[in-house]
Amino acid sequence: MSEARVYLHPTGNLVALVGNPNCGKTALFNRLTGSRQKVANYAGVTVERKEGRLTTPKGKTLRILDLPGTYSLYPRSLDERVTCDVLAGQAKGEKRPDLVVCVVDATNLRRSLRLVLAVQRLNMPFVVALNMSDEARARGIHVDESALSGELGVPVVSTVAIEASGDEALRQLLDQPDIWNHHTDPQVAVDVEQPLIQLDHDRVQQILKTLDLDHVTPDLKSERIDRFLLHPVFGPLFLIVLLFVIFQAMFSWAVAPMDLIKDATTQLSASVIQYLPDNWIRSLIVDGVIAGAGAVIVFLPQILILFSFILILEESGYLPRAAYLLDRLMGSVGLSGRSFIPLLSSFACAIPGIIAIRTIPNARDRMVTMLIAPLMTCSARLPVYALLIAAFIPQRTLGPGLELQGLVMFVLYLSGILGAMLVAWVLKRLTSAGRQVRPLMMELPTYRWPQLRNILLGLWQRARMFLRRVGSTVMILTVALWFLASFPGAPDGAAGVAIEYSFAGMIGQALAIVLAPIGFNWQISIALIPGMAAREVVISALGTVYAMSATGPAAAETLGPVLAQQWSLPTALSLLAWFVFAPQCLSTIATIKRESGGWRIPLISLAYLFGLAYLASFITYRCALALL
Amino acid sequence: MAPLQNARIGQSYRIAAVHHSAEMPDCDRQLNELGFMPGEQIVLLRRTMPGADPLVVRIGSSTFALRAAEAACIDIVAESDDE
Repeated sequence: MSEARVYLHPTGNLVALVGNPNCGKTALFNRLTGSRQKVANYAGVTVERKEGRLTTPKGKTLRILDLPGTYSLYPRSLDERVTCDVLAGQAKGEKRPDLVVCVVDATNLRRSLRLVLAVQRLNMPFVVALNMSDEARARGIHVDESALSGELGVPVVSTVAIEASGDEALRQLLDQPDIWNHHTDPQVAVDVEQPLIQLDHDRVQQILKTLDLDHVTPDLKSERIDRFLLHPVFGPLFLIVLLFVIFQAMFSWAVAPMDLIKDATTQLSASVIQYLPDNWIRSLIVDGVIAGAGAVIVFLPQILILFSFILILEESGYLPRAAYLLDRLMGSVGLSGRSFIPLLSSFACAIPGIIAIRTIPNARDRMVTMLIAPLMTCSARLPVYALLIAAFIPQRTLGPGLELQGLVMFVLYLSGILGAMLVAWVLKRLTSAGRQVRPLMMELPTYRWPQLRNILLGLWQRARMFLRRVGSTVMILTVALWFLASFPGAPDGAAGVAIEYSFAGMIGQALAIVLAPIGFNWQISIALIPGMAAREVVISALGTVYAMSATGPAAAETLGPVLAQQWSLPTALSLLAWFVFAPQCLSTIATIKRESGGWRIPLISLAYLFGLAYLASFITYRCALALL
Repeated sequence: MAPLQNARIGQSYRIAAVHHSAEMPDCDRQLNELGFMPGEQIVLLRRTMPGADPLVVRIGSSTFALRAAEAACIDIVAESDDE
């Protein structure tokens, strides 16, 4: 420890958590610090280092760093480099940790031990936390703590990160003063990499032999489940049915809570109209704030239903299996299964998805994945789809449990995926590196029962994020739009509604010249602009624009029926097609710029996505006009 | 000695060698890092039909999905030959 440097940093000794991907490191971090990092049952969740605080039983305050999971201390991808830099004391704005807690997956000692040996070579104080020890016991793997401690020459404690007091032993260990000074025997540094791997391997084999763990331990429970879920026929069938059920549930389960929210907003506008005099403030509150925010909030139940499914699948360990089932498909367009998890995250929001792209080792794969990630339908587009489908697609049952609206939603998600695959395929043909075989090497984790606590925590985070956006971005833009749509007022004796003479009306009408060929009227054109800040704002913007275009009591009506009355079906379909492909919000573009380190990729994305969206809308609109 | 693809499902083998592939230059090192090392016990759990790609294997206490090209880097011997 260099005492001289300590005062430059926040007080408290620095403890770094290091471990393989998916060893429960983040869960342990949450347990130790009480903070709420996202925990999922697949590799690559932690892509940036995260910090929390811990007070030991004796009252010592420590800073805990959660580092990205890594298999070795040889940086292969960007997130592994974060770990290496921090441990070497080279990370910007961070001192070298005072203690390393090597988090070891007790069910997978073999792989974890190699990392332990690499940490040992760093010559800094470290201890081993034998995590998931409950699961190891349940699977008949008995790890002898004291024997392991004897072999490694450092303290070893068992932890169960998913249990309330599962970190007690580690907390108590952190109070022992001698672990902070304990230096392991310096080993001979070997520069050449291959012999080192062999050396470590021999050492690991020897330790495993001592602990009587040097043989394959079958995972009978997961194997039994896989026999069905990875079956060549039932596996893909199950995946399709599962996705189908999710989209159906989003519609059928959400009806009651959505009606409740709708009624509440209508009630609220009605009472405001009753108590406030008819002036511009009332118009701002009713047409701007309530109509705008209400139109978006109503989709909260559907978002929560989608995320309960995603979170359950994440926790259970099914997602990597879905990636496995889709691997052939991904391989045929020149991508690896590795791209699957960033792409899947993009269904929630493209931003975490694009950040997760760092975990892909290959530069070309990173670029391609970044270009197609925005085509995955993010949850901000869900309200737009839901609104238009509810307004234009009749509620009809096509068969048992199969409804037309859910089917259309499924098709929209599918179009985004197919579009992404098409783009990836074109890029594969265009680049010579694309024709190489992509690595998969993906771990299929043991199935686990999803923890209710983690699911609820995930849902709560989602709901809070959504409502915060409604409260901030959506609200501000809606109010700004209300001003643009209100001023200047209509000249005396003018025909038509006032909004047509406002700034918003003028901008919308100018844009509509370009967008008319794909069936967009000026109201849609104007709503698309604030939609660049956040997709769901389009709805609140349409809510405001139509509330202000309406004359008399129609203003209090909900948006869906108004649209159904004002737009033709081809226009609605064209707008849906636009939303499948059009570039996402500006924050996504900014993230692409940051992650790719230049303007080239974000500009390419913007241009090709706009082009694709215009083309798709044009084809949809023209075909719909001709056929319907 | 035989490539991993020829393994019989459910039977236990030992890895004989992990060799370099010109098609996938990093393949052998990455396999090593994940624990595919000579001497390790390995069991083929399933081949994905059609085309036997990818494969699912069990090594130590983890299960991995490997593409056929990756599996081609791994040579195995039956446990009994090893003795």
